Amino acid sequence: MKTLLKTFGASLVAATLAGAVPAMADDYPSRPIGVAVSYGAGGATDFQARIVTMVAGNEDMLGQPMYILNKPGAGGRVGWNWFASEAEADGYMMSAYNVPHFIAQSIKGGVQYSADSFEPIANWGADPAVVVVPADSPYNTIQEMVDFAKENPGKVTLSGAGLFVGHHIAALQLQKATDAKFVYIPTKGGGAAAMKAVVAGDVTGGINNLSDAFRAAEAGNVKVLAVADLERNEEFLPDVPTLMEAGYDVDNASVNFRGLMVPKGTPQEVIDTLAEKVPAMFNHARVTKRMAAGGSPLRVMNREEVQAMWAKRQETLAELLEGL
Amino acid sequence: MEFLAYFGGVFEPVAFLLLLGGTVGGLILGATPGLSPTMAVALLIPFTFHLSPTQGLILLGAAYTSTVAGGAVSAILLKIPGAPANIATALDGNAMARKGEGARALHLSFLSSGIGGVIGVLLLIFLTPLLAQWALAFGPSHLFWLAILGVTVIGSLDSKSFVKGLLSGCIGLWLSMIGYDDIQGAQRFIFHDALTGGIHIIAALIGIFAIPQVLDMFAKGRRKVVIETVAVPVHAFSDSVREIGRSGRPLTIGTIIGSIVGLIPGIGGQIAGLVAYDQAKKFSPHKEKFGTGHPEGLIAAESANNAMVGPSLVPLLTLSIPGSPTAAVLLGGLLIHGIFPGTDLFERNPEVAWTFINSMLIGQVLMVIFGIAIAKWAAKIARAPLPIMASAVLVLALFGSYSVQQSMGDVWIMLSLGLGMYFLEKFGFSAAPVVLGLILGPIAESNFVQGSLIANAVYDDWPNVMYFMTGPLNIVLIVLVIASIGYSFLSHRASARADAAQRVAAQ
Repeated sequence: MKTLLKTFGASLVAATLAGAVPAMADDYPSRPIGVAVSYGAGGATDFQARIVTMVAGNEDMLGQPMYILNKPGAGGRVGWNWFASEAEADGYMMSAYNVPHFIAQSIKGGVQYSADSFEPIANWGADPAVVVVPADSPYNTIQEMVDFAKENPGKVTLSGAGLFVGHHIAALQLQKATDAKFVYIPTKGGGAAAMKAVVAGDVTGGINNLSDAFRAAEAGNVKVLAVADLERNEEFLPDVPTLMEAGYDVDNASVNFRGLMVPKGTPQEVIDTLAEKVPAMFNHARVTKRMAAGGSPLRVMNREEVQAMWAKRQETLAELLEGL
Repeated sequence: MEFLAYFGGVFEPVAFLLLLGGTVGGLILGATPGLSPTMAVALLIPFTFHLSPTQGLILLGAAYTSTVAGGAVSAILLKIPGAPANIATALDGNAMARKGEGARALHLSFLSSGIGGVIGVLLLIFLTPLLAQWALAFGPSHLFWLAILGVTVIGSLDSKSFVKGLLSGCIGLWLSMIGYDDIQGAQRFIFHDALTGGIHIIAALIGIFAIPQVLDMFAKGRRKVVIETVAVPVHAFSDSVREIGRSGRPLTIGTIIGSIVGLIPGIGGQIAGLVAYDQAKKFSPHKEKFGTGHPEGLIAAESANNAMVGPSLVPLLTLSIPGSPTAAVLLGGLLIHGIFPGTDLFERNPEVAWTFINSMLIGQVLMVIFGIAIAKWAAKIARAPLPIMASAVLVLALFGSYSVQQSMGDVWIMLSLGLGMYFLEKFGFSAAPVVLGLILGPIAESNFVQGSLIANAVYDDWPNVMYFMTGPLNIVLIVLVIASIGYSFLSHRASARADAAQRVAAQ
């Protein structure tokens, strides 16, 4: 029995390895490119990754289709651990990144990657965190809520999707900037569970994604008090002030940036090809149309811009998470 | 009655073909171990890019409905539950198939799925605004008590011994703690990288249910030289319909429990089948027959897991809050077509919303028709000689556990859990309580931690007592928990006394 299983396991492994035929960098890409997504099928990252990669096979783009490989678990750690330690650095396996998530996780430790394990290619989206309260909440502005929290330390509860994700970073930054004490309630099941806690009034308020908060506000379930970004979102929430405008020193470190990266050690020619073609792919008319229809904010950034953004995040987050 | 006006949309040629395709495809995907309803729906979303919103939703709705029912096929014939929803189906369904009653089991399962499903969708049509408020009423403290209520079922579920049932449940609870905990930021019992993300429920299900029986089959195949075949008598469909007609009690229990559980965000359909099975057992005059191939348990479980489909969409369609992983994927499918669910969905996009709901209604009927059509020849699987059957189940188990998230780690987890379960079963422990522990552990734990964080912020004195023990809904749930424990205890004592009396009489 045991040998049978062993043989079976070994042949499965062999079959997997046989699939990885070495390829020349000059005719790259000569076969489909995988994109590992560290979250489950159907989540926001997965769903956006499927949209932004759908035109990869066009002749004027990469000429080879991209396929999505879901590696969910432990808030993204499983997928990024796998990508850093096991993915081939030949350009045929890319991964979607979520900043600040993976940088914050690597600062907290217990994972096999850091920002230096990966080479960014391009950024496709940016979903800022916003502060929401239930529709029947007594607070109508962010100041009212912060003032109450200052007078009653530890009485204001804020829900968000898990630890060391954008929502948590925003809550930490708000706490630091206001000197008030908030109780952050992490939920399982992502932003949806955190939003449910706000709508149902289980918590005082919450930090959530701008796109989801916009829909909940449209439906009359919540009030959006502030955006944790450098500028207001003119498209969806033009009347909601940024935390900066409200007088709190909170920058855009919690904005959920999504894009594509490859493992360190990928040939430079491959990186150059991808860095040139991928932003064009993100800006394709069919992609922008689908992203807009889904209420997913698009923000295309090239490789140099992403490198600068990663470096800045690394610095801010290391300081913020120190001593936590 | 507004929905009647939109029935035409379902019968447009393209829409109807999609509905047919989604139903048949969903049945096949659902019957494949490792492909859960959530994954089936996620895989179909890219296809909807090329369709109109209504057509896309018809495809997704049909696939959702029929994958849940399709999971019963592998649960009954192979004892591999396709998804957590089908665990209870495997308990009696597989025992029936082994006796050669596979066709009867499949007929009953599809008929009860259909009935439960139609009632669930009707609830969605008529009571949505009312139910939406009810779905929101469950905060962390209530979800905690609900999970505890589920845990009390463990002792009496599919086990000869109350204590062994509880012990199996504890093993499941422990397994559920493995991995990175996203609420407290702790890493627990991670001895190997493959465990960072915890134990995936589908991989665990496949291992715990499939591997012990594979080992048993191999063991038997060795002892007996003669290949044992089961006679599979033809089972008339009309008999099954009559049998369903006589099974009012399990059908009612299953449908009611499925509808209520489906409505509560965060609990989802995972436990609907198991809770319904347990309740059907408690109310049945033939308790002792459960687990030996008794149709009542099968009917309750299958009507419950399809009744949950309609109500599980209530929080999604009215509040834009997905109540289950599958609903979250459906939300993605809606958004991509520019449709934002919310209170005014039925005013803004009535043709999309109603056609979607109607297609689920028609989908239930189609699912019953196609399900019955395959039952006759699918049941012949029981005739396969044991060694061939064992090899086939093993291949499906390996394939299924790998395909969940393309990870060899899951395959090893599946095999180790299966091997462990094989030995536990030799000592009289059973699989269902382990799985129930694995499902309920995280729900109970995360809601308790969240609840106590909130409690400490809200109350100054006795925060946890105030938060978890006061308020009408908490008290109702606590009373149910006590009643459930008391019932298990008393009935256990009664049966022990009856056994003793029998022994005395026999002497």
